[in-house]
Amino acid sequence: MSESDVTRGGLRGARPGRDAVTGAQDAGRSRRGRRRRGRGRGEQPMVPEARFSSYYGRPILNKPTWQALDIAGYLFLGGLAGASSLLAAGGQASGRPGLARVAKLGAAGAISGSLGALVHDLGRPARFLNMLRVFKPTSPMSMGSWLLAGYAPLTMAAAAADVTGRARVAGAGATAAAACLGPAVATYTAVLLSDTAVPSWHEGYRELPFVFAGSASSAAAGLALACAPAGQTAPARRMAVLGAGLELGAFQLMKRRMGLVAEPFEQGGPHRLLRAAELLTAGGAALAAYPGTGRRRGRACAVAAGVALLTGSAALRFGVFHAGVASAEDPRYTVVPQRERLRARTG
Amino acid sequence: MSEGDTTAVSATGGEPPPSGNLLSGPQPNVAGAAGYPDAPPRVGFFTDTSVCIGCKACEVACKEWNAVPEDGLELTGMSYDNTQGLGADTWRHVAFIEQRLPETGREPGGGHEGFDAFEAARNLGTSPSPSPSPSPDGAISPVSPDGRTELRWLMSSDVCKHCTHAGCLDVCPTGALFRTEFGTVVVQADVCNGCGYCVPACPYGVIDQRKEDGRVWKCTLCYDRLGVGMEPACAKSCPTDSIQFGPLEELRARAAARVAQLHAAGVTEARLYGESPQDGVGGDGAFFLLLDEPEVYGLPPDPVVTTRDLPAMWRHAAVAAVSLAALGVASFAGRRR
Repeated sequence: MSESDVTRGGLRGARPGRDAVTGAQDAGRSRRGRRRRGRGRGEQPMVPEARFSSYYGRPILNKPTWQALDIAGYLFLGGLAGASSLLAAGGQASGRPGLARVAKLGAAGAISGSLGALVHDLGRPARFLNMLRVFKPTSPMSMGSWLLAGYAPLTMAAAAADVTGRARVAGAGATAAAACLGPAVATYTAVLLSDTAVPSWHEGYRELPFVFAGSASSAAAGLALACAPAGQTAPARRMAVLGAGLELGAFQLMKRRMGLVAEPFEQGGPHRLLRAAELLTAGGAALAAYPGTGRRRGRACAVAAGVALLTGSAALRFGVFHAGVASAEDPRYTVVPQRERLRARTG
Repeated sequence: MSEGDTTAVSATGGEPPPSGNLLSGPQPNVAGAAGYPDAPPRVGFFTDTSVCIGCKACEVACKEWNAVPEDGLELTGMSYDNTQGLGADTWRHVAFIEQRLPETGREPGGGHEGFDAFEAARNLGTSPSPSPSPSPDGAISPVSPDGRTELRWLMSSDVCKHCTHAGCLDVCPTGALFRTEFGTVVVQADVCNGCGYCVPACPYGVIDQRKEDGRVWKCTLCYDRLGVGMEPACAKSCPTDSIQFGPLEELRARAAARVAQLHAAGVTEARLYGESPQDGVGGDGAFFLLLDEPEVYGLPPDPVVTTRDLPAMWRHAAVAAVSLAALGVASFAGRRR
């Protein structure tokens, strides 16, 4: 603003004439300046800079009120649980009890943690049961609540039966049922994010479920690699490679399709998280594929692969979460795509 | 609506195919579709920003009537607007824009000596088909004492749009948000558990969470006043009738007439926002007459209810879930190592 001070002695400091630039234009200018600084090196913009107006640079959307640790953590744990249920059922069916036990415990533990995170994130945690007041297909959170209400007890029953060695038939049934629901638990979270007005979440709705499916399998494979006996980890190693491929491929496809709103994935904190996720997932998958990892002497290798895959999956969820929040905070990602849409429609 | 259709539509940015008016598209009987057999006519706001004077009586009246708590005493320094935007504790927000005249074709410094603004205003209000403005280069452009016309002030009272297809309502997992018999969208504070899903679902950035309370809040279109036949507090308090309340059909007719009037008077930039049932949210219950692009007022230029794409999202997620299951099976297939 002006550089003068109003004092008791009158006006102090020079006023640079009455030529202050007015609001709407000023906001546009400062925004462009900031963006230029943020892009000193690294990847080039995929879309040329577009001019746009805004209300003094203020966001149009209200950004999500969710806590990153709770909700991104929930996305990670939900994925870990869902894909672990697949490993549990497969391990049980193919006679790999060590693998099955790790996966069952992992699924039960992860889903408990994710339920805790969900309740913790509520503004009124005591009212969490209100989630089951209605059954509402238009609300992914409602569908997710019902899904978790069915899935979580199954994983716990499966884990309890495995650990105590009792009710084996019921435990096997619970394991199989959990494996049926697991993939839905791992992928519905993509709909949860996409079914919002947040540009970088909504526009990725086609590929995001596949990204999350891949990320879920690499996480579950990572847990199994790190904790299961070496002789039984062959399926987990294969799952790590397949999951990492699906995750990385779908994510690239998603970014290419999204155009301008892919930018938040390429900038600042989210970019660092997603880059780390890429490296950790790819590195973990490569380690998992290395033949020595499956042997008894390759234990350290397996643990390293497992830890890399788990942290890679978590970093991906946090990166996607923060990129969405960043896209909601910048009016550019709301205005420019909508303007382009209008222009395309009116010809 | 097949998979291929959705992709093609989104890729080309064209109109979505009709989907039964459940999730998007025009819906003439919004209360009826929500389960009210004998609903009263749908009501809403028509906010005519061309006569808004930025007095903020609506903000005050809203706070007073609805007992909305204080929302922070901050000075933004960006304009005369220190309210900043809609949120949990701001259900009416008067935007204030100070701008150099955009390319409206008006001559800066154009003379207005022979023009009587009061006479013109009188004609605007009364004559059904106003005579063309005597000053073709702009009847209402602001004129400073020395004849310069370089600035203009835009003021607009923003509010919840009470969308025909409301994203907040669609995604609410508890049923706390509901459609009233008047076609408006209201939060039940005794049901809301503060999951916050409605906040990013709103394409206008209206609803928000009250931190100290945990629940979400927004304009109720004074549901309590409507119930006893009173108009909402903001409309009641508006001294220039910039905020007009009434049956939506009537408001739309009134708005169309007002735009025609302004166009005839040379205010060619006057346009309606949120009025069309063909738009991405099926039309707003609270719509506006604006004098510049919507984004200048902090409004999205082409909002779309996010649940329009929900069927496609569920389909993609289902395919992804099946892929994940197949990936699991593939992991156990092959020779044993």
